[in-house]
Amino acid sequence: MLNIEKIKSDFPILKRKVNGEKPLIYLDSAATTQKPLQVIDAISNYYKNSNANVHRGVYSIGHESTEMYENARKKVAKFINAKSENSIVFTRNATESINLIAKTYAKKFLKANDEILVSQMEHHSNLIPWQIIAEESGAKLKFIPLIENGILDLTQLEKLISQKTKIISLVHVSNTLGTINPIEKIISLAHSFNAKILIDASQSVPHMEIDVEKLDCDFLVFSGHKMLAPTGIGVLYGKENLLEELPPFLSGGEMISEVHLETANYRQTPWKFEAGTPNVSGTIALSTAIDYLLSLGMGNIHKHEIELTQYAIYELNKIPEIKIFGPTENRGNVVSFNFENIHPHDISTILDNDGICIRAGHNCTQPIIRWLNVSAVARVSFYIYNTKEDIDIFISSLKKVKKIFYAT
Amino acid sequence: MQLEELYQTIILEHYKEPHNFGEIKNPDIEERGYNESCGDDVKVFVKLINENKIDSINFIGKGCAISQASTSMLTDVLKGKSIEEAIDFIENFKSMMKGEKDFISENDFEELSAMKGVLQFPVRVKCATLAWNTLKNGLIKYQNKQ
Ligand SMILES: Cc1ncc(COP(=O)(O)O)c(C=O)c1O
Repeated sequence: MLNIEKIKSDFPILKRKVNGEKPLIYLDSAATTQKPLQVIDAISNYYKNSNANVHRGVYSIGHESTEMYENARKKVAKFINAKSENSIVFTRNATESINLIAKTYAKKFLKANDEILVSQMEHHSNLIPWQIIAEESGAKLKFIPLIENGILDLTQLEKLISQKTKIISLVHVSNTLGTINPIEKIISLAHSFNAKILIDASQSVPHMEIDVEKLDCDFLVFSGHKMLAPTGIGVLYGKENLLEELPPFLSGGEMISEVHLETANYRQTPWKFEAGTPNVSGTIALSTAIDYLLSLGMGNIHKHEIELTQYAIYELNKIPEIKIFGPTENRGNVVSFNFENIHPHDISTILDNDGICIRAGHNCTQPIIRWLNVSAVARVSFYIYNTKEDIDIFISSLKKVKKIFYAT
Repeated sequence: MQLEELYQTIILEHYKEPHNFGEIKNPDIEERGYNESCGDDVKVFVKLINENKIDSINFIGKGCAISQASTSMLTDVLKGKSIEEAIDFIENFKSMMKGEKDFISENDFEELSAMKGVLQFPVRVKCATLAWNTLKNGLIKYQNKQ
């Protein structure tokens, strides 16, 4: 059980009021989470006490800052149960991590008529890089379609996959539908065709225990800002031997060992992929965020979110004009819905007036929105600081939406 | 922020029963507008008399109450104007929506002045101006072609 009152008190922003004297009800954690004081302090303490560039200075704070940076890498590795911290590359965000693999893997291995497989429920971040790489390499981009309430059509997947499939890139938990994809199954299917597989774990790593060893995925990506850490720090996990085979992504300082005017040798993985001065404070803050999450227990977090999600669905279902999207079971902590004849933006504006933050639009998943045959959706998503009371306030505000729109 | 000023009856009426909604055949001008941040999508169709006077404006598309109502009002108010007058009018309306000019509530602007409430909701101003920008693009393209 989580002590939500205690957790809430760690988040300074949740004490502020908006639009007059309304308490802030934050239901958009799938977009980005709020930050606890511990994380905010970690950033400020780093700059107050230890700021120095990493992997350069031989003086003591330079050493200290490098230690903190590399310890964060160990922390992340342990958090997702990576065998070695050399499997952890720091990037700016999940999007950059995906681009890194698309650009380096494609350059090295993809040829014309090879196939790349993604699903119809990808975030634009896991679609556009592959569109571009397909165009550049001549490989074909293929799509695992959706069926029923928004689950992957596994029968079609078995028809789509072949020896031509070189890489599959797949979202673990959909940020719009909430679907939790059966990635274990798909990872072993990929491997049985000698295809590599990348998992977009942006919406799962923050919310549940992820074990990359057990999953046996080749690559896995996520963003710090969706798990209490600041913006600008992301993670790419890759099997060490695979990362070693890939060419560098960005190049410059930090990623080299020996440099001559005409040539250079690159450092080993993961530093080969970290060109230039990295986001040191963000990395250290990510480490603090992981400590915070671990102190609560990923199992407890997951359980709390399932409870909130089920409660929200239960309450939303009581309003007859509301249609909920996504599967009925086995789903993550996002709930997308529409209100009959009311546009999600109008819902969001009216809720905002009551201090409630929800997402309205396409959630960076236009192909899903098109598949649902709507123009936009409203979405709520939950995290450790949300309570059933938040949902009650949200529901009563929704009733106000109905009153404004259906009264005349 | 006052929700009542945003969702005025007149706006909700236009939203629920938009005027001049639907495609027209063989328009002189056809232009699509898209707001990538929210997905609002509108297409306007214009029929001209003598290559200059606006005979009718129609629209299709999906969007929020503000964008639909604003588009519906546009189709009423610009009817009968010349292309130059319409562009002028659009510029005027946009200035009001940016808060650069005071809202007028007389004559042609009577219904449109209901949009004043949107000013208190800065993130929604784009919704109110989407069709106006779209039509302006269409009119200018037409002028350049002539
Ligand atoms: C499933 C999924 N993938 C990728 C991303 C992209 O994350 P970022 O913008 O941090 O790179 C998001 C964030 O919205 C997401 O929900």
